[in-house]
Amino acid sequence: MTILLYMTTALRGLSANKLRSALTVLGMLIGVGAVILLVAVGNGSSIAVQSKIKALGTNTITITNRGRFGRGPATTGTQTQAATITAADVKAMSDPNQAPDILSVSPVLSASVTASYQDASTTVTVTATSPTYLPAEDYTVEAGRSITSSDVASSAQVAVIGQTLLSNLYPAGANPIGTDIFMTEGKNEAQFQVVGVLASKGSTSGVDPNNIAIIPYTTAEGLLTGYTNNFKQIIVEAKNSTDVNAAEAEASDILASANQTTVANLPFFVINEQSLLSTSASTTSTFTVLLGAVAAISLLVGGIGIMNIMLVTVTERTREIGIRKAIGAPRGAILGQFLTEAVLLSLFGGLAGVAVGLIGSRFKIVGVKPVATPTSVVEAFVVAVAVGVFFGFYPANRAASLRPVDALRYE
Amino acid sequence: MSYLAPGSSSGDRKPPPVIALRNITRTYKMGDSEVHALAGVSLVIERGEFVAIMGASGSGKSTMMNIIGCLDVPSSGRYWLDGVDVRGLDETRLARVRNRKIGFVFQSFNLIPRTSALANIELPMLYAGVHAKERRARALAALDLVGLSSRAGHMPSEMSGGQQQRVAVARALVTNPALILADEPTGNLDTHASDEVMNVFESLNRAGRTVVLITHEPDIAERTKRTVRLRDGLIISDENTTRGPRRAEMGAAR
Repeated sequence: MTILLYMTTALRGLSANKLRSALTVLGMLIGVGAVILLVAVGNGSSIAVQSKIKALGTNTITITNRGRFGRGPATTGTQTQAATITAADVKAMSDPNQAPDILSVSPVLSASVTASYQDASTTVTVTATSPTYLPAEDYTVEAGRSITSSDVASSAQVAVIGQTLLSNLYPAGANPIGTDIFMTEGKNEAQFQVVGVLASKGSTSGVDPNNIAIIPYTTAEGLLTGYTNNFKQIIVEAKNSTDVNAAEAEASDILASANQTTVANLPFFVINEQSLLSTSASTTSTFTVLLGAVAAISLLVGGIGIMNIMLVTVTERTREIGIRKAIGAPRGAILGQFLTEAVLLSLFGGLAGVAVGLIGSRFKIVGVKPVATPTSVVEAFVVAVAVGVFFGFYPANRAASLRPVDALRYE
Repeated sequence: MSYLAPGSSSGDRKPPPVIALRNITRTYKMGDSEVHALAGVSLVIERGEFVAIMGASGSGKSTMMNIIGCLDVPSSGRYWLDGVDVRGLDETRLARVRNRKIGFVFQSFNLIPRTSALANIELPMLYAGVHAKERRARALAALDLVGLSSRAGHMPSEMSGGQQQRVAVARALVTNPALILADEPTGNLDTHASDEVMNVFESLNRAGRTVVLITHEPDIAERTKRTVRLRDGLIISDENTTRGPRRAEMGAAR
């Protein structure tokens, strides 16, 4: 018997009891659909988390000084090691000969200040930095312009403001560019001209990255008390994402030699966005595997449904099996006939499940946009068919093993 | 020469008998006790014979039918079917023997449901590996032989009992088997339909086919040429049936 004949015979068998066949197919459909959809949800949330991390700037290394101020070798005893990051260090890191993998270095001084414009006032994080800070941290300018090197050189009193600060200080729809705002920290007060507005940016931490005013770091001297040519933080941007680790090593070496100590003894926090990204990737992939495993259980249940219904079918059609054997059907033909029925059930369930999974993953589920992967679709489908073969084999073998005399006598 | 059936001496060219049973016994275990369904039966049926095997229920005739039909194997004794010793044949070979050498007709018609008359007749050829075109042609010819050409596409549920049984007969003869074995073929039919089916068997036998009927109806047995009676698992009589007047008339009418 050819495959085609097996197929038509099996289809006739399945259509004899349409509701039952449809329900069995539904069982497989749910299994396959669930696997595809849940893996897509896991995958989608992983992509969402990663894109949020990427929004922070994936090529950047944040070096934060947690040591005490003052330059010198590491001190002994219980004293905290001291080290500084100076303008000379920043210059050294910007030198392509000394640090070939570093694209830019942005010194950062941050402080919480009170900003006011006309009658409105609010608390805002002012970040004193260089122009390279914006691309390194994935800030984009929506209107106006960014701070420039000449602003840094001339210590210009200019500021680029974030969306939250904009809405806190200005009435809706107002154009802030060209206006002056005042920033106050303790006794210090300075006036800044707004030259640009930043586009809104996502955040992974609780801190609102849009409640910000960015000013040239040279301008901070008169305003911020912490300005003592010792940057609390620098942002190092690597040339590309594969060079992040090399860039980190170069920056650390420069700082270690400037502070006459070793890299291991530098009292700096170094946060490499790349390692953050890979940590989150491994976390979310564990999550995806877990979701897939839960869904795979329903695939298994669907397979048991096939086995159950095939056992019923074989019992119901015992007489037919007897007739077929009496007129000379070999064992393999009976096995093939019932195995084909089981596989067709799982095949239909698999195809419908793929369709449902793909359609379902076009909708947002619990705030996550699912992203179906071709691998999960193919795997779910192949596993479904394999489940059909596995669970169909026992009933089919049972049919093939019936003795013709007994089968013919069955009422 | 154990391969050759008794009655076929090596000298003459006569074909081997279709059925040769020698000392066949069949014992069933029913709990602790043993039931001897057949207690030693020997029987030879030659090519072209038309035989009725008769007996009351429990006489062993169903067991005999199963053994002749290679659906069951004897506990002891030997059986040559068309010269082939079926002893020791495995399941696959027995299936092939059934397919090639025997055409079954059952009391309850036993057509495959939801399958057209033509497809039912094609089925044994399907298992024999006959090509689709030839299958179709032979199935149509067999259907014509039983006078049901117009019912080719009908489902079993759309046909009367007599028609279904004639389709079953067509299915039995389509592989051109050595033996047509019918188990109470008229048991579920009214007199008219029985008559139609018996007419088909008679004409098949006239065309040279070997037909064995298992029946408990004397008037059916009367229409065959030889009657074998069973009781308690043994043959109690084996006689040539008197040709009835009806038979003679029919012969003359031809």
